[in-house]
Amino acid sequence: MLEARDVTVRYGRQVVLDGVSLTVEPGRVTGLAGPSGCGKSTLARVLALMLRPAAGTVTVDGAAVRRWRQRAPRGLRTAVALLYQQPRLAVDPRLTLTEIIAEPLAAAGRADPGRVAALAAEAGLTGDLLGRRPHEVSDGQLQRACVARALSLEPRYLVCDEMTTMLDASTQAHLVAVVEAYRERSGAGVLAVSHDDALLARWAHHRVRLGGFEGLES
Amino acid sequence: MSTSVSPGEDLPPGGPLTAGSPGAAGPSPGGDPSADGPVPDGDSPVDGPAAAGGNRLRVEGLTVSFRLPGATVRAVTDVSFEVRPGRCLALVGESGCGKSVLAHALLGLLPGNAEVAGRARLEHADGPLELLGAPEAVLARRVRGRAVGLIPQSPATHLTPVRTARAQLEEALRELGRARPRERADELALRQGLHPADLDRYPHELSGGMAQRVANAMALAGDPWLILADEPTGGLDRPLVDRAMAALRGLCDEGRAILLITHDLRAAERVADDLAVMYAGRLVETGPAGRVLDRPRHPYAAGLVNARPDRAFVPIPGMPPELTRLPDDCAFAPRCPSADGACTAPPPLADGVACHHPLEDDRA
Ligand code: SF4
Repeated sequence: MLEARDVTVRYGRQVVLDGVSLTVEPGRVTGLAGPSGCGKSTLARVLALMLRPAAGTVTVDGAAVRRWRQRAPRGLRTAVALLYQQPRLAVDPRLTLTEIIAEPLAAAGRADPGRVAALAAEAGLTGDLLGRRPHEVSDGQLQRACVARALSLEPRYLVCDEMTTMLDASTQAHLVAVVEAYRERSGAGVLAVSHDDALLARWAHHRVRLGGFEGLES
Repeated sequence: MSTSVSPGEDLPPGGPLTAGSPGAAGPSPGGDPSADGPVPDGDSPVDGPAAAGGNRLRVEGLTVSFRLPGATVRAVTDVSFEVRPGRCLALVGESGCGKSVLAHALLGLLPGNAEVAGRARLEHADGPLELLGAPEAVLARRVRGRAVGLIPQSPATHLTPVRTARAQLEEALRELGRARPRERADELALRQGLHPADLDRYPHELSGGMAQRVANAMALAGDPWLILADEPTGGLDRPLVDRAMAALRGLCDEGRAILLITHDLRAAERVADDLAVMYAGRLVETGPAGRVLDRPRHPYAAGLVNARPDRAFVPIPGMPPELTRLPDDCAFAPRCPSADGACTAPPPLADGVACHHPLEDDRA
């Protein structure tokens, strides 16, 4: 399980999360809903080990997280992958799409061009698109590359923070299907953060609303 | 600047811009833009008087391309539509389909390497005005902010961060020559559901919803009859999207014309009277919004609707073609379940659908 317990986050004097707990179970999709400004994205970043909370604990399959961001131990850091709403903020603009997808494998000393090509193809990227840089592709194409990259180290948990909000309906359906196929074959747990109730109703096994819990089984 | 945007007549005949691929222009409603002869700024009405029908924007055969070293991006091809007061037309399509380029072309905001053909006639009280190729001074003095108000993408970042919303709104009003800018700014704020005191905030102090309202107030400063909203819901959550759409609907109901550009079918559904679906730079289906969303006839439109999470949630296979390498046949053919031998000829937009095998009502 990926678990946040009694997590509190403050920005300056503003309390963004106040003693919030959330569990993401392996093999299941947990939907996280709530209005804008409710702290959903902050909680997503805490669970992806990208933001250290002021109080509370995060555990990944029982291992407590003590260091965050780049300083988190590699094994924990790669156990959780994060996808953002805006792919342009999540990539190095100098790299080609292939290099973006290949980056985590290369950094782990496991460069594997065949696997990179297979991940790219699954995300719907082929041919010369893969040789382009971020400014030469659309948001949808770039997000496809980010999804392929997120799956490359076979994370045990995927945190999808408004992953498809900027995208058209067809690209959204495709990327959710790619994440679902991965979840089914790997047993990974997924946290789907979205303000779109129709999307969560379709995608999540159960939904949690931040600031008032709601245990909707679907 | 404006010199880079030239009417189609200046383009070399037979170039990549002559209304798309060979044979495409003939039967389409826009027709071949080069057949209509030059359209100087503010020419005499040739298509019937504007006064009788009141204001409208008539776009015919609009085609935009960009020349890059070694390639031509055909961003918009032979697009025709009309927008009238009291109606909202939503132009929907995925990112990169050319819809934002189209909006920029109408406002003369394209980069220098753009080549533009076709016509976009603004017919209103000042007399008709051809927007494409109009001098920058004319666009700045008579069009942007006056006849046409722009609601931009991500309103928060559109505002200057170091000045209050009020300073920016009052400056816009002064530039438009409006008297009593302070009172007028308060009025505009109130009409958008803002407290006048909210205007004294800096952009970073505005919530997403407030920034959206400020953007609407700015767009309305010159009392335009046409509102052009280019992906106005980026970054807003669903309740704010719904509110923004309700605000647009209100503007429409008070007699303004709305051209909404969006990738969001649900946003379009909430506000649009008419829908135009764009694929690979062309309009592939147009019609009443309810009908197009319930019973799409073009296979691409049907695929988009079917991909919605509250419908089948099934993606359209494949990806759109590169705008640098548009095929001569139907651009949707590689992804289309109904494609056959007939589809090698590009389908004209006829009767609201550009397809050789449009879906029947009972199939969609
Ligand atoms: S013209 Fe042919 S390929 Fe194109 S959308 Fe229609 S059926 Fe499909």
